[in-house]
Amino acid sequence: MNAQEFKELGEKLRDAVPPLDQPELNRDLWPAMLKKMSDPRVRVPWFDWLLAALAATVLIFFPGAIPALLYHL
Amino acid sequence: MDVLQRFAAGDLDAFESLFRQHQSAVYRWIVRIVRDPATAEDLTVETFWRVYRAHARFHPGGNFEGWLRRIGTNAALDHLRSTRKHAPLPDDLPADPLPDAAEQKESRSAIRSALASLTPRLRIVVQLGLIEEESYRAIGDALGISEGAVKLRMFRAVRILRKKLQQWEVKP
Repeated sequence: MNAQEFKELGEKLRDAVPPLDQPELNRDLWPAMLKKMSDPRVRVPWFDWLLAALAATVLIFFPGAIPALLYHL
Repeated sequence: MDVLQRFAAGDLDAFESLFRQHQSAVYRWIVRIVRDPATAEDLTVETFWRVYRAHARFHPGGNFEGWLRRIGTNAALDHLRSTRKHAPLPDDLPADPLPDAAEQKESRSAIRSALASLTPRLRIVVQLGLIEEESYRAIGDALGISEGAVKLRMFRAVRILRKKLQQWEVKP
């Protein structure tokens, strides 16, 4: 791809998705920040739950793996 | 003790001062990535929440703005990853009065779809580099990668975009 084609693709992209012209924040977010800090809900991704369940299953069925796990921690 | 030292020591007043000083800049950067004002506001708060929790890891002599931008970029990337399958790019175009408006609209829609189909780590490079025309260095700093790595991602993204647009018979 040459520079001209690259430039043309850039123009097409900017035509389809126009650049944001000086987007400004319209309100102070400090109150929202304080709210978040006072209510820090921890969201655990589903993948982490899956990993935890897998680890628990392995440890229940293979308790001999516990020393190996502790060694690697 | 200056504000960065007090922040690193866990001082809430120093954090508030930094928040008020930098919230607009963080918002402006994030909204260019997610292209939705409400989401960008949430992600700005999320960014500062991550910053606050990581205050002990910040070195007061370090580049706070750079650190902040990198955390904000990561928060925006996490958002793009979590919404990739559900949220196309917002259709924020004004009505087009030209006679071939339907064809143009279709072409723009195809381009937006192609862009939305990129993986978040490629899409962010295209949005910031080709659409917002940020420098490769600024993008690399925000992503924590070298300029060369940004160019490589851009090359891969452009190749994928061209291929998709050719498949859909949109002249890239």
